[in-house]
Amino acid sequence: MNFSILQFPASNCDQDAVHAVRLLGHSARLVWHKDAALGDTDVVIVPGGFSYGDYLRCGAIARFSPVMQAVKQFADNGGLVLGVCNGFQVLTESHLLPGALIRNRDLQFHCENIFLKTATNDSPFTSKIPAGKILRVPIAHGEGCYFADEATLAKLKANNQILWQYCDANGNLTDTANPNGALQNIAGICNEKRNVAGLMPHPERACEPLLGSDDGKWILESIFAALKNKTVAQAA
Amino acid sequence: MKAKIIITPKKAVLDPQGKTVQTALEHMGYTGVTGVHIGKYIEIDLAPGTDKAAAHKALNDAAFKLLSNPVIEDYKLEIE
Repeated sequence: MNFSILQFPASNCDQDAVHAVRLLGHSARLVWHKDAALGDTDVVIVPGGFSYGDYLRCGAIARFSPVMQAVKQFADNGGLVLGVCNGFQVLTESHLLPGALIRNRDLQFHCENIFLKTATNDSPFTSKIPAGKILRVPIAHGEGCYFADEATLAKLKANNQILWQYCDANGNLTDTANPNGALQNIAGICNEKRNVAGLMPHPERACEPLLGSDDGKWILESIFAALKNKTVAQAA
Repeated sequence: MKAKIIITPKKAVLDPQGKTVQTALEHMGYTGVTGVHIGKYIEIDLAPGTDKAAAHKALNDAAFKLLSNPVIEDYKLEIE
């Protein structure tokens, strides 16, 4: 399976994503922001960092890069796209995901491990996460407070689009477990078609025990499984 | 010619910067402050003789697509 990992000026989690995908046995390559085509691609990862220096708003400039036009087309055709941290911000700015990410409510940059509850296994990004498993993964962001207006939030809930929520070690969705003030403790969501997802935490930084947690691999394993099913379905 | 765009957070959106500044003003003894909202100010230089109506239309489009994020922000556009 071929992962295309985008590289914008000031992306800084691109190599981590390449490493994690290769570690788990799949192929990954970087795609430069000026490239207008993705090439042979099964999944796109929009990585973390500070694309274009976070100028104007996080992700605002990246939206208009040539590579994002190719990603939009790839997503419109049903391709899987995962945005991590700044990648999530890029996807909301690109209108591939609803809502927006604003300054953390305490105005602080949070760099720490948090706990995540998977709200639904019904997505290509969560299907392999063991039932009831609380994921321990790092966050590193200053603007990760998820916001959407009431109508959008109601739609997200009705369509089961909330994928991950911040929780405590026991899986309770408390306010103290919410690091940034996100509405409903939302850490990650998907689109209505369920082929585009974004989350503020960094699963790619938690794919091997050496790093303190390998819980992030469950998200990548879900993607691998979804692609495998797709390939089988196409062959049949 | 100059275009001036003022971008402010929507009322329903948390504005922790505004709240923090409001608290600081209260601590400093400034009374009667009922709200502080922190946004952005963008100045765009336009070539002399630019058609004002056309510029207004184009910049409205730019403000909606790039300069502001309509999900969380409102903007005001002036050309002078």
